[in-house]
Amino acid sequence: MEISLFLSAAVIAGTPLLFATLGGIMNEKVGNLNLGVEGMMLMGAIAGFTVGFQTNNPVLALIGAGVVGAIGAFIYAVLTVSLRANQVVTGLALTIFGTGFSAFLGQNMVGKIISDGMKAKFAPVRIPLLSQIPIIGEPLFNQSPFVYLGYISAILLLLYFTYTSFGLNARMVGENPAAADAAGINVELYKYIHILIGGAFCGLGGAFLSLVYVPAWQEGITAGRGWIAVALVIFAGWNPLKAVIGGILFGGLDILGFRLQGAGLNVNQFFLDMVPYVVTIVVLVAAGVKKNSLNAPPKGLGNAYFREER
Amino acid sequence: MKKILLKAGALLMTGMLVLAGCAPKAAEGGNAAKTEKSAKVGFIYVGPTGDGGWSYAHDQGRKYLEEQLGVETIIKESVPETQEVEKVAADMIDQGCNVIFATSFGYMDYIEKMSKEYPEVKFFHCSGYKTTENMTAYFGRVYQARYLSGIVAGMQTKTNKIGYVAAFPIPEVIRGINAFTLGAQSVNPDVKVQVTWTNTWYDPAKEKDAAVALLDTGADIIAQHQDTAGPQQAAEERGVWAVGYNSDMSSFAPKANLTSAVWNWGPYYVQAVQSVIDGTYKSESYWKGLDAGIVDLSPLTANAPEGAQAKVDEAKKAILDGTLNPFAGPIKDQSGAEKVAAGSAMTDEEMLSFDWFVEGVEGEIK
Repeated sequence: MEISLFLSAAVIAGTPLLFATLGGIMNEKVGNLNLGVEGMMLMGAIAGFTVGFQTNNPVLALIGAGVVGAIGAFIYAVLTVSLRANQVVTGLALTIFGTGFSAFLGQNMVGKIISDGMKAKFAPVRIPLLSQIPIIGEPLFNQSPFVYLGYISAILLLLYFTYTSFGLNARMVGENPAAADAAGINVELYKYIHILIGGAFCGLGGAFLSLVYVPAWQEGITAGRGWIAVALVIFAGWNPLKAVIGGILFGGLDILGFRLQGAGLNVNQFFLDMVPYVVTIVVLVAAGVKKNSLNAPPKGLGNAYFREER
Repeated sequence: MKKILLKAGALLMTGMLVLAGCAPKAAEGGNAAKTEKSAKVGFIYVGPTGDGGWSYAHDQGRKYLEEQLGVETIIKESVPETQEVEKVAADMIDQGCNVIFATSFGYMDYIEKMSKEYPEVKFFHCSGYKTTENMTAYFGRVYQARYLSGIVAGMQTKTNKIGYVAAFPIPEVIRGINAFTLGAQSVNPDVKVQVTWTNTWYDPAKEKDAAVALLDTGADIIAQHQDTAGPQQAAEERGVWAVGYNSDMSSFAPKANLTSAVWNWGPYYVQAVQSVIDGTYKSESYWKGLDAGIVDLSPLTANAPEGAQAKVDEAKKAILDGTLNPFAGPIKDQSGAEKVAAGSAMTDEEMLSFDWFVEGVEGEIK
């Protein structure tokens, strides 16, 4: 088993997880637990594939995936922010809806594949210098531009939530919406914007699968990756940069079994499939024991905000 | 007050969302009159019909049935192999179905139970082994088609190493791998088949990555026992070749696909439903192959090697007239020990409980 080949495959396997995790973080930072990640990924996957197939334009395909992912998130936002519905139930409903929506739109897309010209635009691009770093350079920096978009998004989100006043306001909304409201922050507007952008990220995660990873449309193409992303948000401690590492780690574990079999080693795949969740539980326990605010969930997570009930 | 209204509205919208997502896609039939001479047929699928593989092939068979007999059909997709299938079947019977096809192995025990509860309904269960008065077990000898596809792959490979992406180590899959390997060896004795287990029937991305891992170890052809075309894509991208399964997968990988071992359920479904309409239904264990047309090899593509068509035709003819049995001895297992002696052949029971690989397969059954 060649280590750089494996790492390269792990980065690709981790990219849909990374986008979905960033989407989850966007939601949870403003206090909304969104279990509809899987549904929004599927909506983005079929939208990105359809637009890409029809126009052969990668930029339009990505925009299409993002917009449709955000539409899914908009339904969720209306229900949970404006109508204060239960976030868990709404999120689950969104997943069921997204699965049906993508299957319905994808009926005539089965068996279609992305054109070679389009594939070429998503082909790996080597970044000079950075790709020369031993061992990790080649896997990290000789990838599809879509993968780089993931890195850049993660870095931008980290900067946004750490240094910009908008980002800090958003975190305040998630920690204590009443205090944010009192400070003159438009809580509902902040929630809407972040949930919608989060949905767009989830949509891009799905589109990575249908445009680059597979790349063909098949129903249920995400195969449960949205749920792994929900765990990854916790694993990453709501930190976008840690989501990159988490994505590669979880993606790597997902495909490690095949590589080990190829090398003649037999590790039970069921065991490997279990590891990411065990690690997530350990991280949760550790965060609970340490009780520091660094890796703790936003305090207002999962609660609807009623101004009258302050 | 306003809050209560809001909550009620939210609840309503959530409910609608759930219903919209759940609604089965097939048109709901009316209360079809159940006369002796008509049939309303329910199909239960384990995956979505858009998988381009297993459930897709069954659904093609259903469409053929509708065309040929003009009977009404309803479907339910992505039904898990749990007690859920009982509910689905009961629901179909409520809607007037008197024939039910349950198309996944894991439905077997539930369907057996249902067949006793509803003696007037005829059940057909795919790929299992249990039968009752009104429950037929049906399957096809797809290993014959796999043997033929192995011939094409064995002629094509340059590295003499073929990668095989397989779902679970169960007899059905093992039988397919062995038949494929024997077919490849019949034209190329040096060929090795490397098996990788994915432990999933349905995950296009993961299946593709398993194929990539196999290609990284030096294989130049990918064969598969999975329900999606993910592995075909890996071969397409690397500029090597692939052999499909379930349905003709050439559209998924136009430059890589050589051929596919395919299911052709239509004729069987017509025959089965016709027997119910005629009142000649008798429960049985149906396991036929190329002779009944229930399995076949899709047309060889332009990627296939020269002379392959002739070899395939020859072998197919020999299988049809009974002179060739893929599992006739001598066959050795991986350790080189002789499992099937020259002059004898494996029985159906032995094939249905296959738990060893033939010589030339690399990988372990675990």
